[in-house]
Amino acid sequence: MKKALICLLTATVATLTHADEVQVAVAANFTGPMQVIAPLFERDTGHKAVLSYGATGKFYAQVVNGAPFEVLLAADDETPARLVREGHGVAGSAFTYAIGTLVLWSANPDLVDARGEILKKGGFRHLAIANPKTAPYGAAALQAMGKLGVAESLKPLFVQGENISQTQQFVATGAAELGFIAYSQVIKNGRIGTGSGWIVPGQLHEPIRQDAVILAKGRDKVAALALMAYLKGDKAKGVIRSFGYELPQP
Amino acid sequence: MEAPDLAAVWLTLKLATVVTVLLLLVGTPIAWWLARTRSRLKGVVGAVVALPLVLPPTVLGFYLLVTMGPNGPIGQLTQAIGLGLLPFTFPGLVIASTFYSLPFVVQPIQNAFEAIGERPLEVAATLRASPWDAFWSVAVPLARPGFLSGAILGFAHTVGEFGIVLMIGGNIPGRTRVVSVQIYDHVEALEYTQAHWLAGGMVLFSFVVLLALYTFNPARRKAA
Repeated sequence: MKKALICLLTATVATLTHADEVQVAVAANFTGPMQVIAPLFERDTGHKAVLSYGATGKFYAQVVNGAPFEVLLAADDETPARLVREGHGVAGSAFTYAIGTLVLWSANPDLVDARGEILKKGGFRHLAIANPKTAPYGAAALQAMGKLGVAESLKPLFVQGENISQTQQFVATGAAELGFIAYSQVIKNGRIGTGSGWIVPGQLHEPIRQDAVILAKGRDKVAALALMAYLKGDKAKGVIRSFGYELPQP
Repeated sequence: MEAPDLAAVWLTLKLATVVTVLLLLVGTPIAWWLARTRSRLKGVVGAVVALPLVLPPTVLGFYLLVTMGPNGPIGQLTQAIGLGLLPFTFPGLVIASTFYSLPFVVQPIQNAFEAIGERPLEVAATLRASPWDAFWSVAVPLARPGFLSGAILGFAHTVGEFGIVLMIGGNIPGRTRVVSVQIYDHVEALEYTQAHWLAGGMVLFSFVVLLALYTFNPARRKAA
């Protein structure tokens, strides 16, 4: 009995020292890849990544106000830089883990043509975008429509999602006929899985550089460092690419 | 306060007013029926009316979005009769809010009707008042405190609504961006000053409404 107890104790202590948990705030557009990467990370390193999904702007406010996140996978590079500047992020830890691809998508398989001409033709009542004030994919969508010269005429048709997941939900339910979302949300086997879509050319908007950063609460934490290293590894990169993201040139 | 904030305030007041009027029209017959019926369905109807009290707004928002969308039964009905689709529109918010605030109006009125009891209506009947006449000249005046509470609570609850509006509103300025959503936007964009103005206003408004309810409610005054 005593022996068993000691065994149990040593086992517990061992797991405490070796395996660690890391609290990760994940930009909503990166939900899909992170759900694949997290189990791989746990299997390969023994550390567990606990994931929360949401809008990057909201995570910023939460982190500044003491949220227990240790790593942020943001939807932009501005938020991590700002967190580092303000002392909430660890200097030198930020890096670009993915470059996002914007897509104009509809649940209706016949609505969106391969060149996005529908934006000029019209014939729809609602166009969903993520809130451009807080969501980088929303801001990129606005830039793209500006470049195409349709931003002003389409503005009355905008419906805004709180983040990119809610934006997709508006379109997926058909409540909005089409909307700008992240390619990662609808990609399946290297192409748009259901409905119809147009992959927005990168030159129509600023690159959506998505940076990861270690937050102050994750400073010197083994699992946080391990996750950052893991995201730079080939296995994670393969997953990230398979979800339609670009990777920065080394 | 800037123009978008004022627009949100105006829209919220408009929504709450329309919803309150609608709720008094819809809620009164339901409350009357619930107060007087001996039907076995009373329990079922009462439970359905009370559902929004316990359900998270996300459940109602989710079902409303799906049923009012183009593939849902309500969506197909509204399209068939030429109303178009309800999500992301002001009428859509009105319908959602009516569901959501229904118990806050029905229950006080129902309680007031029940408190009257059979006697005054029986007396009215012996004086040859028709049921319709008795309802208007006996039941409604006696139940006035219930109507007042119901109207105030319905109005205030609609002003305070957030989750459902976020899910089916689409955050459109002047049409579906109500104060609670505008505050959320300000907080998300770190515009804390603007958020404070609106949020502080909401606290003050809610306090004044409840204070009025508890101070001036005639039933309470009589009891005191």
